[in-house]
Amino acid sequence: MRELIDLIYFLFPLFIATTVPLSIVALGGLFSERSGVVNIALEGIMIMGGFIGIIAMRALIENTELNLQIIAFIGLFTGATFGMLYALAHAFASITMKSNQIISATALNMFAPAMSVFIARTFWNTSNLNLMGNYTISKVPILGDIPIVGQLFFTNAYLSTYIGIIIFIVATAVLYKTRLGLRIRSCGENPHAADSLGVNIYRVRYIGVLISGALAGMGGVIFVLSFATRFSGSVAGFGFLALAVLIFGQWHPKKIIFAALFFATMRVIADTYSVIPGLNMIVMPREIYRMLPYIATLVVLSFASKRSRAPRAVGEPYDPSKR
Amino acid sequence: MKLKTLGSQIVKKVAERPSTISVSASVLAIIAGLFVGFIVMLIINPGQAFAGLRSILFGPFSDMEGGRSLGNTIYYAVPIILTGLSVAFAFRTGLFNIGATGQLTIGAFVAVYIGVNWAFLGPLHWIVAVLGGMLAGAFWGSIPGILKAYRNVHEVVSSIMLNYIAMYTVTMLIKQTIFNATSARALAPETTARLPQWFLGDVFPRSSINIGIFIAMILVVITHIILNKTTFGYELKSVGFNRDASQYAGMSEKRNIILAMAISGGIAGVAGAVMFLVTGRFMSIENHLMAEGFTGIAISLLGLSSPIGVFLAGLFYGALEIGGFYLQRTTNFVPQIIEIIIAVIIYFSALSLFLQKFVANFLSKRLKKEVQISEGSDVL
Repeated sequence: MRELIDLIYFLFPLFIATTVPLSIVALGGLFSERSGVVNIALEGIMIMGGFIGIIAMRALIENTELNLQIIAFIGLFTGATFGMLYALAHAFASITMKSNQIISATALNMFAPAMSVFIARTFWNTSNLNLMGNYTISKVPILGDIPIVGQLFFTNAYLSTYIGIIIFIVATAVLYKTRLGLRIRSCGENPHAADSLGVNIYRVRYIGVLISGALAGMGGVIFVLSFATRFSGSVAGFGFLALAVLIFGQWHPKKIIFAALFFATMRVIADTYSVIPGLNMIVMPREIYRMLPYIATLVVLSFASKRSRAPRAVGEPYDPSKR
Repeated sequence: MKLKTLGSQIVKKVAERPSTISVSASVLAIIAGLFVGFIVMLIINPGQAFAGLRSILFGPFSDMEGGRSLGNTIYYAVPIILTGLSVAFAFRTGLFNIGATGQLTIGAFVAVYIGVNWAFLGPLHWIVAVLGGMLAGAFWGSIPGILKAYRNVHEVVSSIMLNYIAMYTVTMLIKQTIFNATSARALAPETTARLPQWFLGDVFPRSSINIGIFIAMILVVITHIILNKTTFGYELKSVGFNRDASQYAGMSEKRNIILAMAISGGIAGVAGAVMFLVTGRFMSIENHLMAEGFTGIAISLLGLSSPIGVFLAGLFYGALEIGGFYLQRTTNFVPQIIEIIIAVIIYFSALSLFLQKFVANFLSKRLKKEVQISEGSDVL
């Protein structure tokens, strides 16, 4: 019994650390796709945001005496800002220029790793940027003393986890409870109707893509903070996994949470099953667990495509004369 | 004076052809990519920027002793020509094959598996390995085709998922079948399974060139014929253009979608076989998507989705790649600059509609001016 509890305490932080960036980035994708712009550039935006966030944090660690949590906060903010700027390129191509959104996103996905490795190798002579310091909060005052819950949620936690949860709640509220959210959703469903009511489609879509850039950029920093002690021009396919979360969650925030939880479970099992007492009896290669989320997404796609909740106008550049 | 009028008329005729406009859009995209690369080099190290640009542009002629760099240019170009051809074939039939990476990975695994285990085939060994890679790629490519035809799943989304499924499947299979435990990677294919050099080794001594370039040429010709000269190709394009109308005209639209994706996947599978049936290149178990599939998208766009255009664009890519290799020797720049250039080229290819309009406007303005001048000189 004692072992089981220890195991849960060991696995739970990993599980949360996987769920948070996945759901944040998937939520970013949601904002873009709900406004009518396909965003398969999440991976590239994560890399760009993560890279610049890590550079900023390294500079702060070297040159200042700031508290690590403040540095992490600045890192998250920097990642979000630069993710947004980077997503601007996708917005410009797909909204203003009415280009093919898949092609423009592919360019973003290729540019980010190339640029980050290029800069890292040019200035630091290595493609691995190390990040010093331990960013976990050992114990949150007061809340950490609550039995069980306190130990699960408020000890050895990351600041990014709490920020991620707050952002998730705020973003969901924006999408469903505000005028902007209604406009974003209408632009993805029926832009012509929205246009006839005086909504500026281009502006709303820009906002949607920029929000997705900010969330994905921040997600990149969260990814590096919680999984890696170094950054090497990659987020290990998390951006595309978040895209799968978005689709598996059928473009809905609540379902996205469940999709992210499910995908995170698979991921944690794949990484740790050799130490889990019950699971190491089942001799299944870890790659099976790794690919299960993608297979599940394919299955959902092929059985739900008739009732798919994909935004109706997603992927089509807005053309006012095409009514 | 008459000659001048005739000349401007020819210029006008050429300029008015739609293909001229789209080709110049491709050229503009390339120039934009090189320009951004040059600016980046200028910012990083102004003193070496010109040397860097020269190295990138004239990479194929860097080591002409026996034409080594020229041979290696072709060697690097071949897989990219093939993935570009795969993407282009799908494009022409109205499908976006972003899954070339996955098809390539599966094809490469099967080819290497045959290359390691079926040495009894003797001189036929490499042929069977390439064909095996092709079939495996075709199988993997047909999955998004089937999902699109029967379940209406968009091929881009399903291909992205299948890329990762392919990556993990191959890692798993390598570990279980053709694993080299000491160096933690796949075993090398037997020498009989490696692509021979034939006379190319004498033409370009000291280079890695092999007959992959002939395989690429044959496939370029075959796809060109299928797309432009056969009823089958016409049907494929027709279904891509308007699925319902084609069905109404009596074509089997489901079968055509699946076949188009299977052919596209088969070509990507050959690319995988050609990449790894060589000396000194091994399949890894590090779970990275192979970049060649995505680069194929760039090459397909630059080549305007025509097989011959893809062939030329692929050679251009090979030149860039070899330029990046020699860049490290002559300057302090790291080779990732090439990937930056390629990414910028893709981005500008996405803006191709805008670029084409730009070129068309530019040409029509220039032509008006020239016609005015030549008319004026006639009067004089």
